[in-house]
Amino acid sequence: MAPKQAHVLPDMEELSFTDSELDYHVRNALKAAVQGDCDFYNQLVAVMHHKDQLVPEEVALLVTCLKALTGAVSCIHIVHHQSLLAAIFGMSLWNYGTDVMDALVELLISLAASSGDYVDLCLEMIVSNFIPPPSSSSYFIELLKQPRGLAKKGQVLDCLHSTLKDIANLVPLSPLRLEKIVRDRMPNIYTKEPFIVIYVENMLKLESGAMHELVGSTMLVAIMDRLIDLDVEIAWDDILQDDFCKGIFDMELEDLEKTDYHVQQDGDELTRESFIQRFLGGNLIAEKLDSLMVLTFEHLTSCSESGRLIQVFETLIHSFQKTVLTAYKSKFTQFVMFYACSLDPENCGKIFASTLLEIFVSSIYPEWRMSAVAYLASYLARAKFVSASFVAATLESIVNWCYDYCKDQDGDLNPRAHKVFYAGCQAIMYVLCFRMRSMLSIPRLKSQLLLMRVENILGHPLNPLQVCLPSIVEEFRRLAKANNVFTVPETFVDYGLLESECSRAFGGVERLDMFFPFDPCLLRKSDRYIRPNFVYWSMVRSTYDEDDEEEGTSDEDIADASENGMNIVDDGSARNFGEGFLDLDEFDTSLDKMSITPRDSSSKYGGGIRGFMQMPSRIRPSTNPESL
Amino acid sequence: MEGLKESEANLVVYLHPSMAKCVNDAILRELSSLLFTYSETFDGVVLAYDPNVRSNLAKILPGIHPYLGVRLKAKLLLFSPKPNMLLEGEVVKISRQSIHAVILGFSSAVIADEDIRDEFKYKVKHGKEVFVSRHHKKHKIKAGTIIRFLVKSFDEEILHISGSLVAVHTGCARWLDANLEEWSQADSTTRKRKDRDEKEQKTADDKMMANREMPSLKKDDRIKKLKKKRKEHT
Repeated sequence: MAPKQAHVLPDMEELSFTDSELDYHVRNALKAAVQGDCDFYNQLVAVMHHKDQLVPEEVALLVTCLKALTGAVSCIHIVHHQSLLAAIFGMSLWNYGTDVMDALVELLISLAASSGDYVDLCLEMIVSNFIPPPSSSSYFIELLKQPRGLAKKGQVLDCLHSTLKDIANLVPLSPLRLEKIVRDRMPNIYTKEPFIVIYVENMLKLESGAMHELVGSTMLVAIMDRLIDLDVEIAWDDILQDDFCKGIFDMELEDLEKTDYHVQQDGDELTRESFIQRFLGGNLIAEKLDSLMVLTFEHLTSCSESGRLIQVFETLIHSFQKTVLTAYKSKFTQFVMFYACSLDPENCGKIFASTLLEIFVSSIYPEWRMSAVAYLASYLARAKFVSASFVAATLESIVNWCYDYCKDQDGDLNPRAHKVFYAGCQAIMYVLCFRMRSMLSIPRLKSQLLLMRVENILGHPLNPLQVCLPSIVEEFRRLAKANNVFTVPETFVDYGLLESECSRAFGGVERLDMFFPFDPCLLRKSDRYIRPNFVYWSMVRSTYDEDDEEEGTSDEDIADASENGMNIVDDGSARNFGEGFLDLDEFDTSLDKMSITPRDSSSKYGGGIRGFMQMPSRIRPSTNPESL
Repeated sequence: MEGLKESEANLVVYLHPSMAKCVNDAILRELSSLLFTYSETFDGVVLAYDPNVRSNLAKILPGIHPYLGVRLKAKLLLFSPKPNMLLEGEVVKISRQSIHAVILGFSSAVIADEDIRDEFKYKVKHGKEVFVSRHHKKHKIKAGTIIRFLVKSFDEEILHISGSLVAVHTGCARWLDANLEEWSQADSTTRKRKDRDEKEQKTADDKMMANREMPSLKKDDRIKKLKKKRKEHT
């Protein structure tokens, strides 16, 4: 090679080394160090340690030394050159510019390919470079808030991932070791938010990168596991506090609009923002979960755009069954499934529903079955993108199972013994509360509904109406009566109660009687992704008291709805939404119509709330000490 | 290619009782966990298996979990490279100091420049790196070539092979097969002499390099350098 002038050693301008000469000297230094002569070797190690505020000459020196080492990897010995290797593996790409980064990764690739001893070390170094060096964490946290910080992050991550790909080309089994290292080094839930977010960003990059077939599913599963870890750390106490009056909880959050619509409660004005802020603001775990879920949503969107969503969904649904379904009342993680289904209702949406149905019908664990049917009911009720006919078909399967179950039963009501049955009945009623109108408006579905043996089930001696959550039973009865659909027998239930002894009994310790997993998402950033596809209770017009012209309509909901072209009811025959929609007077707020809260509490608040009564649309533990 | 062998193994696979319903699947799953890992018992890397379960009976292990021990015979395809075996693989990267190849799609091999015989000269042709034989211009090694090399050592954990292209019968497999007469001549003395001469030339060059006035090897200049460094850093 042609002699190169002095960009080589800054303090030796009078000398010039050719690249091959420097290679030669570096090799000699390495060999000499094995023999015990460490002078040049130590200088080399010292060069590796340069990292702060490098001037161009130092950068050039570092780059050239790295290049020389790259050529001399066969002379590097894992034991004799320990300090050199430690210096190299201790370097962080975040501290350097692209010249040094490129030279460093070339060296890593060369090392990894030269001997089996270095493969794990190189991979571990690359993975630890997924996040900025912890020693200067505050500097980088600030930097990452600026555009140049984001550009830097992009540079570093691109460099790291192309290095991993290059290593995989040379060492075909490295992805296997990589996935284990990535999983083992995943930050725990107490790591600072920016770092855990960057690490997960790297994992998602691996999932969609060149190695996705080999490591992709491990990455997704590990991410879902971490989401659940964060989820279970958010205590229910953070969301619900005893001093907060029950009445408030009976509202669905979307009805507390940011600007116009306030709730007068003991003189405090509460907007949606302040509501969330009160419970989850400043909750670091919730914020981390929120950011990670948004990252996941974005990733799913890009998977959908590149046509990979189905394969990714397969992994997600396995992970869901293993960890989310079995977790005690997962609060928000399940929205990952919801979002994925919303991106592809025809495939993913249907797979999700049929998997849940399958678990309900044939799993051997009663708790999983109850959990699955609760997920299914909440999903069918809340997913705007699920067609009415699909709801009807799935509902029919649940009804058929319940019918087959109870027709062979002689006994009386027994919440504990038949808890899966009661869970199924409650699911049927819950779904119908949300979807009855939309089903009735399509003649074919109406007749399908009428043919379902709902009355037989509800009228059976096992008495589900007595056992299921009274709030749901009441609402269902009201709707059935108003629509002249089913004849629902009267029961001796205290009216206005949210829950009862019997419902607690069938719900068991885990209170699966009050589990509505797809209730509105309380994580602010994630909710923005979910909202467009979400059915709020207030959007489901109740059918009684139609002529009641109550005020207090939700402006934003109307705006939303008209933007979306009013596809809530996909049959298009929602007459009240159709022509007179912009007429605020006609739009009832169903807040007034639901009758879940105890009548007492509405009088407690001076009746001014007009009974903000709701479907049990908040997941809430009862105050009974048995629960939780 | 050497290094591949077929073995018959008598195995006992222990299955968890929950697998009692789907024994065949469970066996296959257990066997697949052996793949691409080096096993001392078999003395090789399991590449493929073909199980043959003879009987329907399995012994139940005593203990907390009553595992089922299923006996079976399996044919295993094993890869166990030993030093001085001749292997073939596809070259994935050429650099001045090394040739990297992949064997059987999963095992990485590297041949360092000291193990590449002097016959081969490193060149960059049309932007592509290649090793060309000095004696036979057609004998080239570049990315995509299937090379034949001797095994020097085998790292069992990462399945990494260190190889050598020193011997005459190593190099580009296709060229070697097509030009049998060229390199396996009975008259090998001329070849030997040529190589010896080249070796001598190389050591002479090295000596010259070492004897040149290289200031960094002189003590005083090194001290000067260190002093200057210290000055700059204060």
